[in-house]
Amino acid sequence: MTELTQAAPGNAASGGTGAAAPGGTGPRSSFRHWLRNDASEPVRRNLGLVAVLVLLYLIGAWSRPDIFLHADRLWTNELTVLTLASSVGVIAIGMTFVIISGGIDLSVGALLALASVWSTTVATQQYGVGVMLFTSVLVGSVSGLVNGVLIAYGRLAPFIATLAMMVAARGLAQKISAKSTQVVKVEGITAIAQNTLLGIPWLVIIFAVVAALAWVLLNRTTFGRRTAAIGGNAEAARLAGISVQRTQVLIYILSGLCCGIAAVMVTAQANAGSSDHGNLYELQAIAAAIIGGTVLTGGRGTIVGSVLGVLVFTSITNLFIVNNLAIEYQLIAQGVIIVAAVLIQQFRVGTLRRGGST
Amino acid sequence: MNNPRMTLSDVSRRRMLTGGGAAVAGALLVGCTSNDPVNAAATNAGPVAAPGANSTPGKKVRITFSGPVADHGFVAAVNSFAKKQAATYSDVDFKVLEAAADAPSQIAAVQTAIAEKPDALIIFPQDGDQLTGVGKAATAAGIPVINLDRKFNDQSAFRLFLAGDNYRVGFIAGQYIGSKLKGKTGAVIGEITGIQTLALTKERSQGFADALALSGLTVTRQVNAQFTVQSGQQAMANLLAAAPHIDAVFNHDDDQNIGSEAAAAQANRKEFFIVGNACSNTMLKHIKAGDARIEADITFTPAISGTAVALARLIAQERLPSDFAGLPVPSQMLIDSKLVTKDNVDQYAQFGWD
Repeated sequence: MTELTQAAPGNAASGGTGAAAPGGTGPRSSFRHWLRNDASEPVRRNLGLVAVLVLLYLIGAWSRPDIFLHADRLWTNELTVLTLASSVGVIAIGMTFVIISGGIDLSVGALLALASVWSTTVATQQYGVGVMLFTSVLVGSVSGLVNGVLIAYGRLAPFIATLAMMVAARGLAQKISAKSTQVVKVEGITAIAQNTLLGIPWLVIIFAVVAALAWVLLNRTTFGRRTAAIGGNAEAARLAGISVQRTQVLIYILSGLCCGIAAVMVTAQANAGSSDHGNLYELQAIAAAIIGGTVLTGGRGTIVGSVLGVLVFTSITNLFIVNNLAIEYQLIAQGVIIVAAVLIQQFRVGTLRRGGST
Repeated sequence: MNNPRMTLSDVSRRRMLTGGGAAVAGALLVGCTSNDPVNAAATNAGPVAAPGANSTPGKKVRITFSGPVADHGFVAAVNSFAKKQAATYSDVDFKVLEAAADAPSQIAAVQTAIAEKPDALIIFPQDGDQLTGVGKAATAAGIPVINLDRKFNDQSAFRLFLAGDNYRVGFIAGQYIGSKLKGKTGAVIGEITGIQTLALTKERSQGFADALALSGLTVTRQVNAQFTVQSGQQAMANLLAAAPHIDAVFNHDDDQNIGSEAAAAQANRKEFFIVGNACSNTMLKHIKAGDARIEADITFTPAISGTAVALARLIAQERLPSDFAGLPVPSQMLIDSKLVTKDNVDQYAQFGWD
C-alpha cells in the first residue's frame, strides 16, 4: 500500500507543485510557493487556529488581566480549559478518522453515555476499576463495530446508521440506568480526574497520548493512508486493492473506542455515570474537526487541526465565563467561527482550483 | 481470507476464538447491566402525613393518578411518592395509569380513565397546555381534577392546582447564604443555574437575588448548566477558574451538584460552601456526614405528589381539611420549601430520592 501517497486520489490532481508561483524569485518566491502549495495547506490552517488562540488569549489579557497576566492563575485556568477539552477532544479525534474516510458518526455522544452508564452500574462497580475501564472501552468499541458493519456490509449511509445508533444507544443507557444518576463509589475512577503528573492532570495527559497515537496512526501507517484513500475516492481505493469495507469497520470501531475512553474521562470528572452524559458531543466533535480543516466530503484532515479546533471552542466558553458574559453570546460566537472557518476553506479550495487551471 | 497460506482449519479456529471471545465479553457485559443493590439497602419509610382528624377513614373513594414517563430521577420519585402516600389510606382505592411517553398518549390514557368515573383524578401532565383539554373533559364529567406541577392554561380544567414554589427555593437559599455572609464586604457568591430558558429557573434566580438583596449582597457570578451531572461539573470548573476565591454557591439542582462537587474536589478548592436543591439522597448523605462542600439543601421535593393524594382524598370524600377553620381545600396551592442542614437532616431523610 506504500504506493499510495498521503493525499487522496481525488485531491492529488489539485494544487500546483511549484508551478503556482510564476515570476517569483528567491526566498519571496519560496514563501509564495508555500502559501499556495497544496501540501502546506494543513500547516497554514493550523497556524491560523493558533493565531485564533493567541487572539483569544489577548482578549483575555485585556478583559481579565488578573487571570491572564499572572503566571500561576493563567496556568490554573489553562489547565482547566485543557481538562474541559479532554473528553470531547478524544471524541473529536475518533471523529476525524471517520470524516476523513468520507463518513460521519452521529452516535458518539450517545455511545459515551451508554459506556458511562454500563460501566457504573452497581453490578459493574463491585468488580472494581479494571472491569469498569474494560466495560467502558468494550461497550464503545462493540457499538462502533455495529456501526461499521451496518455501514460497510449493510450498505447503510453513515448518517442513517449512526443516527439510529445515537437514538438507540441513548435509549439503552436510559433503560439500564432507569434514568437516574449512578454515583461512582470506586475511588480508582475518581482518581483519574483528581490525580496529576508533574502538575498536569491525568485527563490532559490521556488526551495528549490519544492525540499522539492518532497522529502516528493517521500519518505513519497503512491504515491511516487507507482511511484518506477511501475518503478521497472509495472506488479508486478499491481498484488500488484496498479492502474498503474492512477499513470502514475498523474506522468506526476506532471512533467507538474513543467514545469508551472519553466515557471513562467524563465518568471520572462528573463522579457519576448518566444517560445524559455527552449531550451534543457529536456536534461539538464535528464542529471541531471542521474548523480544524477536515473536509466533510472526506479525503483530508489532520489530528492537530481537530485538537486545535476543540481548544478554540473550549477557550471561547472559558473566556465568556471568566468575563461573566451570558451563554447566548457564546453560542453566537461559536456559530460565527464555524461559518468563518468553512468560508475560508471554500476560498482556499477556490484559489487552488484557479491556481491549478491556469 | 486474503492470506493464501491460511488453511481452512486456521480460519475456523480463528472464528471460534473470535466468537468465543465475543460470547464471553457479551456475557460479562450483560451481567454488568444490573443495578440491583448488592446488599439490599434499607428502604425509606416514605413521607406520612401527620395524623390529624383527617386521618380517620372516611367514605371509600377511587383515585386515579396519571404521570409522565420518568425522564429524570425526580419524576420517577414523584410517581413513587404518590403510591407510598396512597398506601397509607385504608379508604383509598388507588390506580396509577401507565406512564405516558408523550402528551397524546397521556391524553388517551386520561380519557380512558374518565370513562371509569373515579372520585378524583390526579394529573401530573407531560405538558400543561396540551393536557388542558382533557382536564376540562374530566371536570365536565364531574370528576375533580388535581393538576400537579405543570399548570393547565385554563382554570376550568382543575379543581386544585398544586406545585412547588420555585421562587421560594431561590429565596430560602438566598436567605441562608445571606445569614452566613451578611456584612462581609466583597463576598463572592456563585450561582449555578439549570436550563436558563425555563420559567422555573428564572423564578429560582429571582428569588435568590431578592433574598440576597435583603442582606445587601448580590450574585457575583452566574454560570448555567442543564440539570445534568456533566454540565454541573463543567459549570463549576469554569466558575472556579474565573474566581480565585468564592464564599458560597447556590446550585439549582442536586444532580448537577454531583458534578459540581467533583469539579471542586478536582480543583482542590475548599474555601466555600454550597446550597443545593431538591434533597437527593446523595446530597442529604453528604450534609449529614459533612464530607463535602454542600452544607444545606432545599426541600423542593417530589413528595409533593403525596400531598396531592392526601388532598385528592379529602376533595373526593367532600371533607374539610382539619386545620382550615372550617373552609375547604384551596383551589390553588404552592407548597413552600424548607431549609435542610446538618441539624435537621434526619427529619427530612424521608424526602430523599435517587
